[in-house]
Amino acid sequence: MIEQSTVEAALAAGLEGGADFAEVFVEDRRSTSAVLDDGRVEDVASGRDRGAGVRVVVGGTTGFAHTADLSEASLVAAARDAAAGAVGSGNAGAAVELNEVHAPNPNPVSVLPEEVDKAHKVALLGTAEQAARAAGAQISQVSARYSDSRRRILVANTDGVLASDDQVRTTFSVSAVATGDTGMQTGRESIGHTVGFELFDTHDVADLGRRAARRAITKLAARPAPTGQMTVVIGPGGGGVMFHEACGHGLEADLVNKGASVFAGRVGEQVASPLVTLVDDGTVPGEWGSAAIDDEGRPRRSNTLIRDGVLVDYMWDGIRARSEGRESSGNGRRQSYAHLPMVRMTNTYLLGGSTDPDDIVADTPNGVYIAHLGGGQVNTATGDFVFGMTEAYLIENGRITEPIREGNLIGNGPAVLSAIDAVGNDFAMGPPGTCGKDGQGVAVGDGVPTLRAHGLTVGGTAA
Amino acid sequence: MHQNDAATPGPPEELLAVAEDLVASATGDEQVEVVLARGASTGVKVHGAEVESFTSAGSAEAGVRVIREGRLGFASCGTLDSAVLAETLREARDNCRFAEPDDHNGLARPDGVEAVVHDTWSDDVLLLTADDRIDAALQLEAMALGSDPRVSAARSTVHSAGWSQSALVASSGIRVTEAETYASISTQPIAREGEETQIGWSVDAARGPGDLDPAKVAHEAVERATKLLGAGRPTTGRMPVLLDARLSVTLLSLVAGMLSGEAVAKGRSPFAERLGETVASPLLDLSDDPTRTDSPGARSFDGEGLACRPNPLLRAGRLETFLYDSLSARRAGRRSTASAVRSVRGLPSPGAQLLVVEPGPHALDAIRSGVELGIAVESFSGLHSGVNPVSGDFSVGADGVMIRNGELAEPVKELTLASTLQRLLLEVVAVGSDFEWLPGGSGGASMLIDEVSVAGA
Repeated sequence: MIEQSTVEAALAAGLEGGADFAEVFVEDRRSTSAVLDDGRVEDVASGRDRGAGVRVVVGGTTGFAHTADLSEASLVAAARDAAAGAVGSGNAGAAVELNEVHAPNPNPVSVLPEEVDKAHKVALLGTAEQAARAAGAQISQVSARYSDSRRRILVANTDGVLASDDQVRTTFSVSAVATGDTGMQTGRESIGHTVGFELFDTHDVADLGRRAARRAITKLAARPAPTGQMTVVIGPGGGGVMFHEACGHGLEADLVNKGASVFAGRVGEQVASPLVTLVDDGTVPGEWGSAAIDDEGRPRRSNTLIRDGVLVDYMWDGIRARSEGRESSGNGRRQSYAHLPMVRMTNTYLLGGSTDPDDIVADTPNGVYIAHLGGGQVNTATGDFVFGMTEAYLIENGRITEPIREGNLIGNGPAVLSAIDAVGNDFAMGPPGTCGKDGQGVAVGDGVPTLRAHGLTVGGTAA
Repeated sequence: MHQNDAATPGPPEELLAVAEDLVASATGDEQVEVVLARGASTGVKVHGAEVESFTSAGSAEAGVRVIREGRLGFASCGTLDSAVLAETLREARDNCRFAEPDDHNGLARPDGVEAVVHDTWSDDVLLLTADDRIDAALQLEAMALGSDPRVSAARSTVHSAGWSQSALVASSGIRVTEAETYASISTQPIAREGEETQIGWSVDAARGPGDLDPAKVAHEAVERATKLLGAGRPTTGRMPVLLDARLSVTLLSLVAGMLSGEAVAKGRSPFAERLGETVASPLLDLSDDPTRTDSPGARSFDGEGLACRPNPLLRAGRLETFLYDSLSARRAGRRSTASAVRSVRGLPSPGAQLLVVEPGPHALDAIRSGVELGIAVESFSGLHSGVNPVSGDFSVGADGVMIRNGELAEPVKELTLASTLQRLLLEVVAVGSDFEWLPGGSGGASMLIDEVSVAGA
């Protein structure tokens, strides 16, 4: 992707003013997408990005510049701009010897998407659409989207790190609209893995289309959701969004260090029910948030955040770890070469428990069962978080009964985590997600078994 | 440090020439549209009276749309390198082969509407030195930290400024350029009282650094951080909610999304059959009008290079029009309303560009004093997860301050507000006279909305 001598020249230029640390991040990204909507393949699109970001650190100040031109002159100029932004005098200045980091790749790819004829990609759209439309006469509109990306990165820094990764992601989604006497309802399903086109050897897009359609049809009969605090049972899979918001962001060391997290200063304390063991693991094979290295060139790791309800550690990137004199946990990520890395989650999931999920529902006299979640949001300073329910039912007398309309639930992270009183034995990973923080989006995964929580408020309209 | 980070850009006509060369290669049976953009921005983030990061960023982007035999192909890249631009055009042409034909596909055609020209450029942005930027950020942080004993830190305080230029050339005869500068400041102070922490924020944006108001930003951010300290939970029930100008625009932006001609044509808008009907309170006048020169977000052209024009959406609650780009307009047998919204890297689709809520006759205080029991909302959360623009279902997290007997009372948090967008529009019982232009460019005024389901303790 780039000559090592070019990278070395940029690092040397970054250190000229006497900086503590310099880093070059090079990225080459290609993407393809195709959209079917309203009965037609509407468009096929391609994207291409290539560039480098140079970071120079002096004391607590980071200078950063980036360029889309990968010539040595341009990288050296970016390094000088970055160094000018990080004023002061540091300790380094010597030439660096780069040593290649060998991190195991959790995402072997068997079929590179660029080697697949676009016609094959487009054909999947029609298959999914037909299956969705065939699911019921109520289906009035269907859209389907295919996309793939290949992101090659190289990271080199003055600690001597030289690391590279080749990240291939493939994703597919179907959205259906059902129309009935009560108006329109929607259903969406998506799959996404850090793999190539072989994704479709194991996942049937027709099945995805049927499930999206059935969700929309089911919701036509939904009644208004209840209003107020209730017991909530969350089904296996996508419920990981709840943990992502309830505590994941609050365990990011950059927010913790600035006093902007309700979990600051609580390592070693009981912050959740003893049933909760929460892991952030960037090495789960093929998962949406997985990669060999993070965007600072460190091998990805599996990090236990909460064990049996006790807070074990936060997630760290290089800058925050350096200032605390410890190791990065491999959570330094960035949207692209044009962004500074910061602490981000990878795949965040709750370990499975021992309870039969059917018993959890049967043991719940009244409440809400959430089969499919939407996104969420958190205020890390207060711990208050919301997440959406896109397919949910009432639980009455220990049985799942009528569907309810979609909406948000709100809760307070520490309070809800402490009030989890059942964890099922049916762990599953959820659909692919994009996590947004300070304007940067990165791919994240999550997963949970069936679980029951108290202290959540359902934002419905039923009296 | 005295470097001048945002070097003076060349004229936008340079971009126009590159775009014209690419479009000139269009063969007889194809339409080609090229959008090119470049810019530079410099951002300073400070924390604890120190510079945390100093970022200088140059950017370049290109998007190429090709239509042949009714088939649409698109490709984009993050550079203006000529070899990559040529490859991008080839990719867009290749992509055409795989899309299905639609007779409505086509580029925008010149329609004779004269563009309103705005003053969107301030040379002051180009004259900023690194020290100017750092000083501005440090000054804002100091203002925020010095105004209330409960505020001793800010998560981050940012000064950012830059410029951008774009050119759009289409084989249908469109050829436009735009250029703008911007400067913005923001801060997120953290307030503490006992064990409790709250975080506030505020932002200001303008064409040049001289039009920013750091005192207002500091005051507003600190007020947001401290106002909710000690917040409890409201009781569950149905009550009126008071939205400030910013939240009113947030809510009405969701509604405007449902008035997209594309959503209407594809059967995804609950308002599809309602044109000419009263769908909102008669107190509500809403338009999409990027020609408003007094707005900081005014612009001359839409995403397909047509001159922007005023589009009334709601007049006394009556639904006046949907918003169209060229494709959705052809589908509906109408003319484009010059409402194509796009990024350089993506295809256009119709949407609102600059919403304006017409102010009502009553002062905010007078509206509030008529509320016996309600909530003055401070913020929404979960807008992307709890609002469905197809069904209209609306359920969001919120915090704010209770209104009791016409007066602001105790702060409340961890609550949800729920209704449907259709119903919220009809339940607008007052629009305030407190019109203001928001940093994003839209203009709003307070609204009081009745009969909202509040879930709390």
